Amino acid sequence: MSAPGFDVERIRKDFPVLARELPGGRSLVYLDSGNSSQKPTQVIETMRDHLTWHYGNVGRALHVLGSESTEAYEAARDKIAAFVKAPSRDEIVFTKNASEALNLVAYAFGNPAGEDERFRMGPGDEIVISEMEHHSNIVPWQLLAQRTGATLRWFPVTDEGRLDISRLDELVNERTKIVSIVHQSNVLGTVNSVSPILARAREVGALMMLDASQSVPHQPVDVTELGVDFVAFTGHKMVGPSGIGVLWGRRELLDAMPPFLGGGEMIEAVWMDHSTYAPVPHKFEAGTPPIVEAIGLGAAVDYLTAVGMDQIKAHEKELVAYALEALPEVPGLRIIGPRTPIARGGTISFTLEGIHPHDVGQILDDVYGIAVRVGHHCARPLHLRFGIPATTRASFYLYNTTAEIDALVRGLHHVQKVFG
Amino acid sequence: MIGESMYQELILEHYKHPQGRGLREPYDAEVHHVNPTCGDEVTLRVKVDDGGKVLDVSYDGQGCSISQAAASVLHELATGSTVEESLSVVEEFTRLMQGRGQVEPDEEVLGDAVAFAGVAKFPARVKCALLAWMAYKDALMRSQG
Repeated sequence: MSAPGFDVERIRKDFPVLARELPGGRSLVYLDSGNSSQKPTQVIETMRDHLTWHYGNVGRALHVLGSESTEAYEAARDKIAAFVKAPSRDEIVFTKNASEALNLVAYAFGNPAGEDERFRMGPGDEIVISEMEHHSNIVPWQLLAQRTGATLRWFPVTDEGRLDISRLDELVNERTKIVSIVHQSNVLGTVNSVSPILARAREVGALMMLDASQSVPHQPVDVTELGVDFVAFTGHKMVGPSGIGVLWGRRELLDAMPPFLGGGEMIEAVWMDHSTYAPVPHKFEAGTPPIVEAIGLGAAVDYLTAVGMDQIKAHEKELVAYALEALPEVPGLRIIGPRTPIARGGTISFTLEGIHPHDVGQILDDVYGIAVRVGHHCARPLHLRFGIPATTRASFYLYNTTAEIDALVRGLHHVQKVFG
Repeated sequence: MIGESMYQELILEHYKHPQGRGLREPYDAEVHHVNPTCGDEVTLRVKVDDGGKVLDVSYDGQGCSISQAAASVLHELATGSTVEESLSVVEEFTRLMQGRGQVEPDEEVLGDAVAFAGVAKFPARVKCALLAWMAYKDALMRSQG
């Protein structure tokens, strides 16, 4: 029933940890990839090999190790550019994570070091986000609003967990300078339709950014086809290491933006009283970057490409359809988010009547070795919107199976028995 | 089956049938404590008489079984005791919770609260157990101040 050529058992063998036995003889059921994904041998070995044989600093060392490191680091940039179909490799900026990528863009607005009209911001200007954002796509914009006196506004979320764009034309208007929304919600699983919002943003001359941390790992993402101005994502959710993230931005905009962090490697020339800056992407990569992490992320996109992003998307769609059927069998279970496998990814958050998510997660882990995430998943405003303090979240990836969803359902029945 | 040892029958009993829940008048001090990592919260009031006797500990809140049961047990232990006695129970309970499972609990002092001994092995849950107890200590200080 899986997509042709997709063999989940073969894929599982690439991830050694999935075969690990937990204390007490439990086997691991890892349903927390939305939080952070596991890593395949191919990524681990690439990083180990680089650290063992090729490590040197990048961009400035002339010796063999320095050149090999620079070459591998820049090759990773090429791979990632190709992976998201960026028109130019120079549009791929390495950051620490998606949060840093979002902060980098927010910092460009209302910044006296920049001169471009599109990034000017002050009282009367507006920033538009949504109620389903991760804190990383809320707080940088709150800080920006505080710095500049601009107004922060947001799209509401419907009861079904979809973005409510019924007031789009009022919300995104001639005062709007930037719209930044999530591509796929880390709580609801909802995949947002970008084109109507983008069309409106273009109409009023606003820029648009996507937090694609939860979409780039799970579906083919083509930044040119999306047509937005900036896209942020992170390595550790896409079988790569932590400590490396990516900002893709249109060349012309990146050129117009002021630097973010100042330091080594981001300069062209430095005098005591002023500096000129390196061309993008290096303008935004101050200091020694996470070299081996970037190379590991290159290996991760090689791995995902070899498996096939279409295949991964199809496999996850099967898993989520299966889970959406199976989970409501558990008495008192309420899914927060779309209940149909349409325009949604493999992340399902839910509540169990009368039982706190921490108790759910604890029992699932301790009795069945099932790793889920519990809490507000860094999306507190979304939980407030639904009037709940926390949820339990199961999130799937290419290596998960329907048998693991069966295990989750069995585990939840047991939780009911303990607390019911 | 490691975790189920944490969910002692007594804890589940207090969770399902909380004792003394609900905010009551009169009171000398009211505090609101939150555990930001998980969103557990408690509002707690204390009423102490002139002789230093705790007349009432009333509370309301939301959270996991551990945090809610701990509030219920606290109510039972503290109400009717003296400020001094109850603070020594808080001290012993804190010592137990922060002992990473290595501390031998003093059952004489702790009474029912000894049922939480298993929680100490789960660092992520220790804060849940301590939430209401820390709120109580805070409320007492304010009522004395």
